[in-house]
Parts: sequence; structure tokens; C-alpha cells
Amino acid sequence: MPFLETRNLMAFYGDFQALYGIDTTLDAGETIAIIGANAAGKSTYLKAIAGLIHHTADSVLLEGKPIGLLPAADIVKLGIALVPEGRRLFPSLSVEENLMIGGHGRKMSGPWSLERVYSLFPVLKQRRSSAAPTLSGGQQQMAAIGRALMSNPRILLCDEISLGLAPVVIRDIYAALPRIKSEGTSVVLVEQDIAQAIKVADRVYCFQEGRLSLSGRPRELTREQIRRAYFGA
Amino acid sequence: MLILALEMTGWLDALIQGILLGGLYALFAAGLSLIFGVMRLVNLAHGDLIVLAAYAILVLAEGLGLDPFGAALVALPIMFIAGFALQYVLLNRTLGRDLLPPLLVTFGLSIIIQNGLLQIFSADSQRLRSGAIETASIVLGGGIAVGVTPLLTLLSAILVIVILNLVFYQTSLGRAFRATSDDLEVAQLMGIDHRRIFATAMGLAFTVIAIAALYLGLRANFDPTIGPGRLLYAFEAVIIGGVGSFWGTLAGGIVLGLAQTVGARINPEWQILSGHLAFLVVLALKPRGLFPRALD
Repeated sequence: MPFLETRNLMAFYGDFQALYGIDTTLDAGETIAIIGANAAGKSTYLKAIAGLIHHTADSVLLEGKPIGLLPAADIVKLGIALVPEGRRLFPSLSVEENLMIGGHGRKMSGPWSLERVYSLFPVLKQRRSSAAPTLSGGQQQMAAIGRALMSNPRILLCDEISLGLAPVVIRDIYAALPRIKSEGTSVVLVEQDIAQAIKVADRVYCFQEGRLSLSGRPRELTREQIRRAYFGA
Repeated sequence: MLILALEMTGWLDALIQGILLGGLYALFAAGLSLIFGVMRLVNLAHGDLIVLAAYAILVLAEGLGLDPFGAALVALPIMFIAGFALQYVLLNRTLGRDLLPPLLVTFGLSIIIQNGLLQIFSADSQRLRSGAIETASIVLGGGIAVGVTPLLTLLSAILVIVILNLVFYQTSLGRAFRATSDDLEVAQLMGIDHRRIFATAMGLAFTVIAIAALYLGLRANFDPTIGPGRLLYAFEAVIIGGVGSFWGTLAGGIVLGLAQTVGARINPEWQILSGHLAFLVVLALKPRGLFPRALD
């Protein structure tokens, strides 16, 4: 039984259908990457798992149990944390308060604490009292990842964590992933940056216009297959 | 020389009384400020809820044979529960993208409260009686005296603002209040149940309403129709002070109180008018209030 599974996942924004029957699996400790062009439905997929978009009950299963109808506030308590697209730190909270509120709903003891997050991203410790909006883009992304880790998630959902950042900053952020994975956390990465995603992922899913267009292990996929699945034939 | 001295004393007295009156207006405003800050809800029934709470204190005082301070203490937890329930059962359903439903529902609530109170208590004026403390005053010398009740009002207002600031900026509940106010969707991702957070904020606002009601009833007569007038003062104090700042709300209340007593000193008929004029002047010169929050 997979740790997390989506089965025939459909999602709608009003009349607009964003996802058409997505089937994916994630095993414990595994990292999967969801790649695809803009508007392929990648973020919608993560939001549906996190409980921000309504869909049917049995289209998302955690350890075989349907969690599709639970509100977002309950999903995080089950150990699924989302790093949302665009960071979305709380602007009126300091960096440290942003991190601390990450542990608000799930007061689980686990590998992640304020000190551990600060050791993962030391720059956050220096800026701990600063208001969140005064951080650079890269620092904000680190804070957003740290905030999600504070709930000690079993599954970390990352939405475009490299978006709008300089290559050197992206490298720093991706350097943190192995340490997160080494705590046994499963990771779902949504990325437009294929090269970055393929480097860290155990398996890759490619979305195209709300449908699954390709899946497999990175080394088994050819560039041509990925190109086609990404852009369409 | 004597006339000049008397004149000076009169002005000084107006200033002191204005600051003390500001304490009452700050108490009216603090609950409104809290609710607007957390959930962007404009509660049009706020004034009527203060009047309702004053009647509740009256009934508790008479029923239990307590003095108004004791009765208010009993009312605090009851008011918290009432506020929590009102938000959880009714007002949460009105919140969303559209600003109109909460306005309409709280306006309706205001009418229901006024008419309900008229039905039960009639239109007669009531007052909370506290014996000797009502008329007690402290002589400051130079012909100026401060009433104990107005002084307690201001001190209570300051205490309420200090406590609200502590709750908002030093506790995990306050963190959840601010996060929910910042970004409702991401707050839910943190495991925050926004419906409970909103209900807790309303419960807290209702306890502030009970304190405001205590001093409203001690200071002057009240009847079922005076709610909307108190709402107006509360609004003006919040906006003068700047939305989102509790200390600003206290300052706003004091500006309003000062404007009224100074206006009344010039001409007794100008008391109410000068308060409103001060509000308009602040709105024209500093539309975001005297102490706007840095981010908004």
C-alpha cells in the first residue's frame, strides 16, 4: 500500500476543470517530482492534497484511508505540510513567529524544532526578529520551508520553491533537501525547473493540461520523452 | 487677575475631563478594533451590544445583590461564551469575499437588540448604582477635582489595551489572530481552525464590551436606544487612532474626548459637534489615522 495515493483525482475552479483523473503514488521516504508547463495543474494537485480545493473523498488516500474531504487545518494534523507557491509568509509576523506558527496545529515532537530549522538555514537565525517582508526572496523561501517543517510533517509538499530565485540561491535551498529527506520525510516537489527536479527525485510525473502525460524513474526517461510530455507532441 | 485664573482652571479642567472621557470612548472602541483587526468584520451591533451588556450587569446586580463591579465580574465569562457562540453559530456564516452580508446581519442584530430591550425593560432610563464611589472624587488642588469613576474608567481602558497587546503580541493565540488576519488560506495550512479563532476573538471582544458597559452605566443613564450613538463614537475613535493599533485606539478615544470637552467649554451646545469635527479633521489630514500599522 502506498503511503500517499491520489486516485482519479479531479479538481475544479467553478466550471473550469483543472485536473482530469490524476493517479499518483508516493512511498514512505520517497521523493517525487511533478513537472509540467504553466497551468498544467501542478499547484492544483498540491492544493487538492493539502485540502485547499474540494474534490471527492476517496481521491486522496493516506495509508489507505480517504482524506479527500478533510479541511486544510485537519490535513496538516495528519502530517502533510504544504510550502505554498510564492512563499506566502505572514507579513505582520516576525521570522521566528512565522516559524513558530508552523507548529501551531500539529504539536508533535519530532526531528524539527526552532533550533534545528535555524541550523538548516542559519541566515534565518540572524534575521529571527525581522518582519517577514524585509527578507530577500531566498530567505523568505527558506522561512517558508522552515515553517512547514515546524509541524514535523511526514510528507512535505513543495510548490515551486525555486521560482524567481537566483541560481546560487536555488542551489542553497536544494542543498537542504537531502537533510530533510534524511529524517524520513517524504517529499513531493512541484517544479518548472526540470533539471533541478530530476536531480533529487526518485520518480517523476509530468502533467500536461490537467492530465498525467508521463511517469517514471528519471534515469529511465529520455530527454525526448520528457520534452514531449512537457510541451505536447 | 482672578478672572484669568478662573479661566485657566476651567480650561485645565476641560483637558483633564476630556482625557478621562477618552478612556470611556477607548473602551467602546477596543472591542470594535479587535474584531475588525482579526476578521475585517464591521460589527454594526457593537453599540447595542454594549447597552445589552449594561442591562445584563443591571439584572445580575439586582438579582444577585451585587454591586455593579461584582456583577460585571460575573458577566465577563457569560459574555465571552455569548460572543463565542454568536460568532460560531451566526457571524462566521456571513464572512466571505462579499462585505455586505456581515453588515446586513449585524445591522439586523442591532435592531433586534434595541427592540428586545425596549420590550423587556421599557424605554425608561436606567443606571448602575455603586453607592459612594459614584460621587467620590479626588481633589487635585487649584479648584480641580477628578471623579473616581472617570479615573477608574481611564485606568481600565489602559489596562484593557495593555492586556490586548500582550495577548496579540506575546501569546500563540495572538500569533494565530494575526496570521489569520494576514492570510486566511495559509493560516489553515498551519492547522489553524479559523472559525474557532474568529469565535475566540468575538468572545474576547465581548468581555471588553462588558467592561465598557460597566462604565457606561456608572457614568450616565442608559436606555435601549443609545447603542448606535456609542457605535459612532467607537468608530470615530478606531479611525482617528488608525485601524490595527490598540494604542492608537486609546489615543483616538482621548482625542475624541478632548475635542468634546474643549468644544463644550467654548459653548455647551458644541460638545458633540466638536467631536465629529475633530474626527473629520483627522480623516482629512491623516486618512489612515494617527497611528497606522506599518503594513496594510
